[in-house]
Amino acid sequence: MPELPQAVRGFGVTFLTMFKKVVTEQYPEQKVPPKPRFHGRHQLNRWADGLEKCVGCELCAWACPADAIFVEGADNSDQERFSPGERYGRVYQINYLRCIFCGLCIEACPTRALTMTNEYELADDSRAKLIYEKKDLLAPLLPGMVAPPHEMVPGTTERDYYANTVKGASPEQVTTSPAEAEEVAS
Amino acid sequence: MTVTNNAPSGPSPDVAGAGTDVEVAVDLITVVVDGVEMRVPKGTLAIRAAEQLGIEVPRFCDHPLLDPVAACRACLIEVEGMPKPQPACAQVLSDGMEVRTQYSSEVARVAQEGVMEFLLLNHPLDCPVCDKGGECPLQNQAMSVGRPESRFTGAKREFEKPINVSAQVLLDRERCVSCARCTRFAEQIAGDPMIELLERGAKQQVGTAADEPFDSYFSGNTVQICPVGALTSASYRFRSRPFDLVSVPTACEHCASGCSLRTDYRRGVVTRRLAWDDPDVNEEWNCDKGRFAFAYLNQGRIESPMIREHGSLRVASWPEAIDAAARGLATARGSVGVLVGGRSTVEDAYAYSRFARTALATDHIDFRARQGSAEEAAFLSSKVAGAPVSAAYDDLESAPAVLLVSLEPEDESPIVFLRLRKAARAGTQVLSVGATATRSLGKMSGRLVSARPGDEANALRSLDDETRALLGQPGAVILVGERIAGSVGAASAVLELARETGAALAWVPRRSGERGALDAGALAGLLPGGRPLTDEQARRDVAAAWGVEAADLPSEPGLIGADLLEAARDGRLSALVVGGVELADFADPGLAVAAVENADFVVSLENHHSAVTELADVVLPVAVVTEKSGTFVNWEGRPRPFGQVFRDALTMSDARVLAMVAEAMGSSLPADVASIRKEMGALGPWTGARTPAPDTAPGASADGVVIASWRQLLDSGLMQEGEPHLAATARPTVAIVSASMAAALGETVTISGPAGSVTLPVVTGDVLDRVVWVPTNSPGCHIHADLGAVPGTPVQLSAGGAA
Ligand code: SF4
Ligand code: SF4
Ligand code: SF4
Ligand code: SF4
Ligand code: FES
Repeated sequence: MPELPQAVRGFGVTFLTMFKKVVTEQYPEQKVPPKPRFHGRHQLNRWADGLEKCVGCELCAWACPADAIFVEGADNSDQERFSPGERYGRVYQINYLRCIFCGLCIEACPTRALTMTNEYELADDSRAKLIYEKKDLLAPLLPGMVAPPHEMVPGTTERDYYANTVKGASPEQVTTSPAEAEEVAS
Repeated sequence: MTVTNNAPSGPSPDVAGAGTDVEVAVDLITVVVDGVEMRVPKGTLAIRAAEQLGIEVPRFCDHPLLDPVAACRACLIEVEGMPKPQPACAQVLSDGMEVRTQYSSEVARVAQEGVMEFLLLNHPLDCPVCDKGGECPLQNQAMSVGRPESRFTGAKREFEKPINVSAQVLLDRERCVSCARCTRFAEQIAGDPMIELLERGAKQQVGTAADEPFDSYFSGNTVQICPVGALTSASYRFRSRPFDLVSVPTACEHCASGCSLRTDYRRGVVTRRLAWDDPDVNEEWNCDKGRFAFAYLNQGRIESPMIREHGSLRVASWPEAIDAAARGLATARGSVGVLVGGRSTVEDAYAYSRFARTALATDHIDFRARQGSAEEAAFLSSKVAGAPVSAAYDDLESAPAVLLVSLEPEDESPIVFLRLRKAARAGTQVLSVGATATRSLGKMSGRLVSARPGDEANALRSLDDETRALLGQPGAVILVGERIAGSVGAASAVLELARETGAALAWVPRRSGERGALDAGALAGLLPGGRPLTDEQARRDVAAAWGVEAADLPSEPGLIGADLLEAARDGRLSALVVGGVELADFADPGLAVAAVENADFVVSLENHHSAVTELADVVLPVAVVTEKSGTFVNWEGRPRPFGQVFRDALTMSDARVLAMVAEAMGSSLPADVASIRKEMGALGPWTGARTPAPDTAPGASADGVVIASWRQLLDSGLMQEGEPHLAATARPTVAIVSASMAAALGETVTISGPAGSVTLPVVTGDVLDRVVWVPTNSPGCHIHADLGAVPGTPVQLSAGGAA
């Protein structure tokens, strides 16, 4: 069989591909959800009553191979409680210019405060904007949650939180949170 | 292999200790550790011998400076011929003994594993919220010698947490491994045995006596030596993790004990300071002031240079401010006073000293921002300035007797106190000339040589024969505090006594910069290295080093102390250069304020806003200790050099700022630490004839009730600001009087002095009759400002509150 000219043979690949299933995604018009275990932006989770799970232990920062996480712990006080127990993360930053999405931080987290979402749209036009602060990372308040600072559910200790027996904010908490009071007022 | 080590923990060979090196050198025994034969001094503990071979036996309770207790059992090793494993930290080696650690003995390994599992039974393992996490011996040793998994499934003990052992020290009892380091420190080192191990068995816990907090100036050390996170400090709690911190070796700026410290910082802010290991000075301890008082570094700072225009200060650029300072000072040249303050590094003090003599052509310079006298200045110039070490910490330890004159070491030089206490426990007789037998004197098993304030000279001259004999023994030491300046004739009497008895004499100032300033010649009549200003040769030496003509140096000793301030107040001096001085520190704060107010032109080099800032014409902000390098000279005369913690700091040291002003005045000064050190080193100490010693006749105590007083370690000092937990551990402000006076006065007393009165609670103490002790500068009692008093001032007492 005579050989086809090289230039024509090259188009063979193109021709065959026309009959294959299309893999191109029409991003950003159409967004295809990634696989459930995709490593996307982090999230700082809350207990069922809205208190933060993070205790500011810095284990995530320690585990991070890219040194992308900065945490500073602080004392919960009776007036201002952000998490059950004594300690909470006062400052929490993840630098997405450094993060390599390896997920070692979420494995290190002892309280399951830190997990990863499937959110992948992490581009921006300045370095500063890519350092996410605690407010950018905190999970949204779901129904039944009250924005901290507020007391623990009356009659409970941090152990009850860790044992997952706290199932939502109590009526007292709803009225004690200053943030909630504002919301109600507005 | 045979390892020989002659003096593993003994004193260094250059110490003139009483024959200690001889004892260490003989009596070596041969032992075998993990199959390695080695020779060690008799009495060596197995754990120390293993350390010399680089073998790490796990340990919690063992601490080289505390007596062994073998409380934690973590260090079990196998000893040949003994039926059961033995604790290495308490096992004294004898000749021919063979021991095996976990590395060569299965018995030791299993025993250690068992102990570690046992220690963890009740341990909460709340490492994520524990300050020790990341630097925890329990974490580390559980990983290195513990079992991989616990077999314990029961409920762990729980305590309420944390509890306050004091305002500064917090205790999480369930983390405690009952090692008794803290309690042994409190009892053996500090002498404040107010924490104890209570209960037994699983309930064993550290606690304080009911309603008596752990009241100790040294409480921070227990936090540092606690091998777990059971003891933590309120100031560092949850602040950071060890891997966040950058650590820099530094020297303490708070007092003349001269502790070696480690400063840890995170992102440009100091997070904590620890005592660093310096066996010659602070051993491994320091006081709570040095450890916790650093918040001031970042508070109330002056950000930029300022100059006064139309009566009020405005921010100026550096060139503008330097120019203004140079112009003003050039006009006043020859008629300027320089107040250096006692907190400068020796390099900065040297810069002031040279600046005054060259650029300002003046000798009116004094570093004593406190009560000072001409007699004291003569004493310091003749005996202390630039002199070689006359007594060091080691000498205190080996001294048969130590006499304290106008010195309360626990408040005024805490590490001197710790050393004296250590010495006293080994038999040194401590004697204190003063009006009150304090708690700290009791802790040193000391004896009071009674002297009413003002009467010290007489007391010293009429010491009984027994005391004289004590001081006549070889190695005896006399320590003189800065308050000797307030007692007429006392310095002369001390010199006389030292001459007579042959005892070594050392001056223990309170502030970290005083000895350095003295050595640098920041005192009228004195050039660097103890050179008398009036000595031709000395002037030629210094002039050559400074690159000026000897004839251009001032030749008449200038004014000092109150004379200097009065001259400024009365307009006889037209300008002042003030270097970080707090006007309220002077014995007569009113005079100091008037002096700064009346001087035509005032340049202030300071880092924090103060009373001087308000009155100055040019304010030049300078660096704090973390922003510069330098050297403090401690009371021994030992240099305590320290490096710059924040290397990117934009502030400049006093020396650098003075160099800029000098240059603008057409003079020159070395600006950086290295060249100042070189210049000072080249000058060296003076070996010629010194200024004459003072010979002042003894003064007498005033009649009636007089004040005895000193500054407490924790008081209203500005460098303790911003640390409320530390302030809460300060001793309460009280008036202490004898039992008979207390009976007459009742619960509170109003003390009236020349300038006003204060009302304080009365406490009965071991105080002479007709003497009332009050703190010099504590909240609610600032004797200079509130009473117009100094120690020895007669006052009126009346029972109860102000009438
Ligand atoms: S996110 Fe988790 S690991 Fe990170 S500081 Fe908070 S609790 Fe610790
Ligand atoms: S002391 Fe603290 S860091 Fe150490 S093992 Fe216990 S909880 Fe963990
Ligand atoms: S508190 Fe710390 S130092 Fe004190 S006994 Fe317990 S573990 Fe030891
Ligand atoms: S004893 Fe003096 S030098 Fe030592 S830490 Fe305390 S204040 Fe600083
Ligand atoms: S270190 Fe030996 S028993 Fe604690």
